[in-house]
Amino acid sequence: MDFELTDEQKMLQEAVTRLVADTYGFQQREHALKTSDGWSRQAYAGLADMGLLGMPFAEEDGGFGGGGVEMMIVMEALGRGLMVEPYFATVVLAGGVLRYGASAEQRAGILPGLIAGEHILALAHSERGMPRHTLDARTTATRDGEGWKIDGRKIAVIHGASADTLVVSAQTGEGPGLFLVNTAAEGVAVEKARGYDGVPVADITFSSVAVPAAALIGDAGQSGAILARTFEVATAALVAEAVGAMSETFDVTVEYLKTRRQFGVAIGSFQALQHRAVDMLMELELSRSMAVLAALSLDIDADQRTRNISAAKAQIGKSGRLIGQEAVQMHGAIGITAEYKVGHAFKRLTAIDALLGDRDYHLARLVELRGVYPAAA
Amino acid sequence: MKLDFTAEELAFRDEVRAFLKDALPGDLRQKMIDREHLDKADTVRWQRILNARGWAVTHWPVQYGGQNWTPAQRYIFQEEMALAHAPEGSPFNVNMIGPVLCRYGTDAQKENFLAATANIDIWWCQGFSEPGAGSDLASLKTIAIRDGDDYVLNGQKIWTTQAQHADWMFGLFRTDNSGRKQQGITFLLLDMKTPGITVRPIETIDGGHDANEVFFDDVRVPVGNVVGEEGKGWDVAKHLLGSERSGIARIGLSKERLSQLRVLERRLAGDGTLTQEEQLRLAYKLAEVEVELRALELTQLRVVAADAHGGGANAAASILKVKGTEMQQRMTELVTELAGPAGLAVTDHDHHGGDLDTGWLGAAAPFYFTMRKVSIFGGSNEVQKNIIAKTMLGL
Repeated sequence: MDFELTDEQKMLQEAVTRLVADTYGFQQREHALKTSDGWSRQAYAGLADMGLLGMPFAEEDGGFGGGGVEMMIVMEALGRGLMVEPYFATVVLAGGVLRYGASAEQRAGILPGLIAGEHILALAHSERGMPRHTLDARTTATRDGEGWKIDGRKIAVIHGASADTLVVSAQTGEGPGLFLVNTAAEGVAVEKARGYDGVPVADITFSSVAVPAAALIGDAGQSGAILARTFEVATAALVAEAVGAMSETFDVTVEYLKTRRQFGVAIGSFQALQHRAVDMLMELELSRSMAVLAALSLDIDADQRTRNISAAKAQIGKSGRLIGQEAVQMHGAIGITAEYKVGHAFKRLTAIDALLGDRDYHLARLVELRGVYPAAA
Repeated sequence: MKLDFTAEELAFRDEVRAFLKDALPGDLRQKMIDREHLDKADTVRWQRILNARGWAVTHWPVQYGGQNWTPAQRYIFQEEMALAHAPEGSPFNVNMIGPVLCRYGTDAQKENFLAATANIDIWWCQGFSEPGAGSDLASLKTIAIRDGDDYVLNGQKIWTTQAQHADWMFGLFRTDNSGRKQQGITFLLLDMKTPGITVRPIETIDGGHDANEVFFDDVRVPVGNVVGEEGKGWDVAKHLLGSERSGIARIGLSKERLSQLRVLERRLAGDGTLTQEEQLRLAYKLAEVEVELRALELTQLRVVAADAHGGGANAAASILKVKGTEMQQRMTELVTELAGPAGLAVTDHDHHGGDLDTGWLGAAAPFYFTMRKVSIFGGSNEVQKNIIAKTMLGL
């Protein structure tokens, strides 16, 4: 049992934390949000230059072969900066599908550009009228000569409008599959929107979009397993990002309690606020523990892995809400001002709970699995 | 980073398991499972079995009978004790006065008390709280006035746990009123048979009698019974309250209670007590509790691992007492909910007979009521939060 980072991991942590602090302050983020993309290509290139986009990919694919702990380190740092760039969309979600499902040819075709930061990908999976977190899809892919034709509508595709390539889940006659679709292909209609957390999303309609046979990732019928594995890794990543956002929010709030003066004293001298700040600290530390648990669970046996990751997501759903709400409340009116960072962290924490199954979803899954502790029962 | 214990740690765990399987008397184990009240003889018997193995006072320095265990070993030992339904020794002996004497005691005090304390040949009680000095402990008023080679004590202590069984008391007494209230407090040891001491029982909401008032009426205590220096008792008390943290969240106890809840869940679903809806609600409540217990367990392990690297103040350690006590209390709440109206008729305090067939029903609520104390004693959770706000957050 050991919770120390290795020297290499410490270096990674220092480097990425400094990069975010130096180049992605609140002003830079605000500026990025106002661009036509809604995010900063320059900031994303900074992540690429540091090699972070290749972090989870195998060395033979041009990556660095990083594991759960490395992912945790990076996502926590990005969470601290509330970065809206497509790291999660491209590297974690679409990249996860590529890692767990794509052929060597597909990986060779896509990963060099992805790792260089030149090729943006997004996962188009959620649909209206479906459970909010599911492996299933209603969009269809029908055989069309050698290739396929895709029809359907996807919602809330994270970074869908910026993506060069979409990974689209669709029902084939032979079971659900995942397809690589060029966003510029005929029949793809993208409606761009801005997420309340600042991250761009899009609704995307596919009308008889023709894709070649080589666009299918893995075999038809395999998408459930590929997505399940991808979502586990992505959930662990979101948990770490939440810890970063919570840490930053907590630090800013404690600082505010020390500097904001009312009634002639710093408001942090009031016990009502001190105890609530301690409640925030407790939620933060519990969440940090669960981010570690999730990061260390990615390669253990499936049963315990699922329990651990669901427990972690359930924890940060609760902690993120408490920390976000309390941070806003303790800042008073400044907390609900768009010009101040805390409100944006609150919004991102709200979005993180909603993504990949909220607290209720993961509690339900744990109920189904008869709890967090398999042996305890 | 890695989650697993090392091969050596796992071997140690097996050694502890084997010992407990062999050495824990069956009747004591059953009393623990049944949530029965342990009497003094039970606690003494088990402590002596542990002591014979060298495991009664493992976190004391080795020369006084401790084991040079790593934080991970200490954690494993405590968890295995709880999961095996082994009683804990007297906390006053093992966790409080023992470590204090190891650190501050004179040679004579060590000689007279340490071995007897480890073996519970002496049963200690703690004289800290007073009617006007609870959370604000330093405002204590029970006075000790020097008279020749003695102090003469007058005043009152309260909430003194198991004073009725105690051979000796360690306590805080005021020897000087002139400075700050933390100054002028002296840590004294006193024989409970000394003339002028009166112990009066306080019945608590669980129906039991663990708490007492202790009155001092011209009680003479030799000056050789001062621990540390006269007037420096506050430092000694702080050491006593802040030393051991490898088991502070009491994860093992909560896990043991969780496994009892899972047994009851199955039983009450099977015998028709719980409706389908109630079963589902219970399953959700247990899932929520387990998520938090898992998070707390990992937090405790992070502290254990950090202590192996030298420890020091850390935010994770500071939350363990508050969250750990809340967790222990939550478990007893859930058992009481499960008992429902069938749990109204309580059994006699000393004979709960709380077996898992029917006796647990009468034991559930008293146990829930008694566990309210864990967030109050040893520095209430509110005081803990004050300390965290000051020391960790700088507020």
